[in-house]
Amino acid sequence: MTVTPPTVAAETPQRATRRFRTTKGRETWAGLAMMAPAGILLVLFLIIPVILAFTLSFTNARLISPNPPRFVGLDNFVRAFTADGVFVQSVWNTFLFALVVVPVQAGLGLLLAVLVNRRMRGVTAFRVIFFIPVVTSIVVVSILWRFLYQPNGLINSMIDTITFGAWSGMDWLNNPQTALGAIIVLSIWQAVGFHMIIWLAGLQTIPAELYEAAKMDGAGPWRQFVSVTWPGLRPTMVFVLVTITIAALGLFVQIDVMTQGGPVNSTSTIVYYAVRKGYEQQEIGYAAAISLIFFVAVLIIALIQRRLTREKD
Amino acid sequence: MRRTVPAFVAAGAIGALALTGCGQAGQGSTTTEDGRTQITMWTHSAGNPAELEVYERIISDFNASQDQYEVVEESFPQGAYNDAIVAAAASGDLPCLLDLDGPIMPNWAWAEYIQPLGISTEITDSLLPTAVGVWNDEIYSAGYWDAALSIFARESVLTENGIRIPTVDEPWTADEFNAALQTLKDAGYETPIDIGAEDTGEWWPYAYSPLLQSFGGDLIDRDTMLSADGALNGPEAVAWGEWFQGLFADGLASNSGTIGNQEFVDDEVALSYTGVWNALASVEAIGDDLVILPPPDLGNGPVIGGGSWQWAISSTCEEVEGAREYLEFSFQDEYITEFADKQIVIPATEGAAETSEYFGPDGVLRPFVELSQQFAVLRPETPAYAVISTTFETAAKDIMNGADVQETLDRAVQEIDANIESNDGYGF
Repeated sequence: MTVTPPTVAAETPQRATRRFRTTKGRETWAGLAMMAPAGILLVLFLIIPVILAFTLSFTNARLISPNPPRFVGLDNFVRAFTADGVFVQSVWNTFLFALVVVPVQAGLGLLLAVLVNRRMRGVTAFRVIFFIPVVTSIVVVSILWRFLYQPNGLINSMIDTITFGAWSGMDWLNNPQTALGAIIVLSIWQAVGFHMIIWLAGLQTIPAELYEAAKMDGAGPWRQFVSVTWPGLRPTMVFVLVTITIAALGLFVQIDVMTQGGPVNSTSTIVYYAVRKGYEQQEIGYAAAISLIFFVAVLIIALIQRRLTREKD
Repeated sequence: MRRTVPAFVAAGAIGALALTGCGQAGQGSTTTEDGRTQITMWTHSAGNPAELEVYERIISDFNASQDQYEVVEESFPQGAYNDAIVAAAASGDLPCLLDLDGPIMPNWAWAEYIQPLGISTEITDSLLPTAVGVWNDEIYSAGYWDAALSIFARESVLTENGIRIPTVDEPWTADEFNAALQTLKDAGYETPIDIGAEDTGEWWPYAYSPLLQSFGGDLIDRDTMLSADGALNGPEAVAWGEWFQGLFADGLASNSGTIGNQEFVDDEVALSYTGVWNALASVEAIGDDLVILPPPDLGNGPVIGGGSWQWAISSTCEEVEGAREYLEFSFQDEYITEFADKQIVIPATEGAAETSEYFGPDGVLRPFVELSQQFAVLRPETPAYAVISTTFETAAKDIMNGADVQETLDRAVQEIDANIESNDGYGF
């Protein structure tokens, strides 16, 4: 490394200062240079698109059109909330999805993490089993589950067998009552392993001495969990909650592959609807407005979560 | 450590350059080693070896016959093709020659992606009318083939159940068709007809808007092309919607299963509403017992969708002469026959049909040629079709799933009309 020995600095203070300055200048330069690749990518793929979306949302721009876009003020936003039932339904579906997925997925993840955090035979196998859906492409998972959910698919045959033929299931994805529920189940199953791993990492940061002390004080497993594990997991909990919420609000692939927003818009989500409007129906301006609404909504929710989960002291 | 800093910078700069440089690939007209001008050509046929094989033959024949031009082909998977074109158009990188699905043509012509085709009228006049794409009285695209839908059945099954075998001159009436479905259901078929409702995308308007038209409705008022009001939500359209809903509610058709014709081949369904591209497999599996029937006359005569993939020249093409020369060269009967027989699609010229193994006068798939000539109706030739198509798909799926028919169709009309209005009528 380039650290100057202090003895040299003491002998020639002036030179050392100059040298320090240039080193610092160099470090700044080097720092900027190292930041450059990420910085350029961020500007190119994040900041510019956001600015573009913001601008486009106040126009009637189209994906394909010989007509130049026209400034239309707040028309797109007014249309979304007052004249577009599908958009309102998509907002509702998205929040309903998040409302169910966030607590259930986080809770299940924690439960699994506690279970696989033990010292027992074959625990690695269990960890792998729970983690496999996470590393499988969500497109593949969705296609697979679409087969499972078919009227004559595996899930219905299973129900049929378990109930001895009393109830032979239903067409899960083509019934407005069950389609969103079916997608919720699949989504929880797919990502729960990821959150299990995060929880597991959190669990392993808790010092074993605390458990020993708790045991010596006569605490049972539940008492240990409440008084040692849960307080120790607080930072992990914040992280898990925020990531699940953002991921849940961005629900898209499952919808695109499995139901295309149907039946009767019961599974349309904000992101899916924005893509559909902007790309399939080429109304880029309107889709940009929807994306902007989505962006603001996610921002607000993330801020509220930050506030609710901040360290009180 | 100090030394590595410039390396980092260089790596970063190269990375950024490479990223911005991606957009430039494949542009312009380049020259080959022997001084010929290259003409770029994009097709959607990656993943379709039969189609690609014919293109490769045409291209190598053309290139061999030329000392001025050389055609260079690049193929994309169908699912990503339209996106690639739109992206290329946005960045000014369109190839000279490109193929497109018939109904999207007016949209691209209106958006000035493509220019009037300008090839010899002798060629375009000889093609099936549905294989020529016209917008604003100009020919913008032309294709080597068309596709057609029909109803497949087993002759033995129909005869056993006392169902009349319909002909092109005397198709099933709506009552006859509904009665036939009921009879077949009673005969033990769980869902007697496979209409392919498990498929998604363009299949929906392609397959089901003809049924709507047979009822007397339509996707849009074709006289003005400015509104769907009355056409898509009038009494005829509602009658269609209720009938369509009934197919599923009464268990006559299923909305799940496999895409394609497998259920029919396995005799799980008695009838199959499907396309010519599935025909050969059924012929091979079922043989002489297979009958290819016209779709039913639901009030206004049988209707099938027309218009398949066609060729166009981009508006930014610098070698228009060469591109036209290639297209004119490619429209030889010999090649069209090869497309037809390899891909199982209806040849666009009479001459090609005559020498075709399957579509010739004695060919097993000859009925499709007649169906296409007699009943084919193009999807509305308007730039609004992209919106009409997806809106219709959503509405029809909602109806299939039990939504109120009138309400659903009214909402679809509203969506289509709002879109047309926000585009100042798309030039109509």
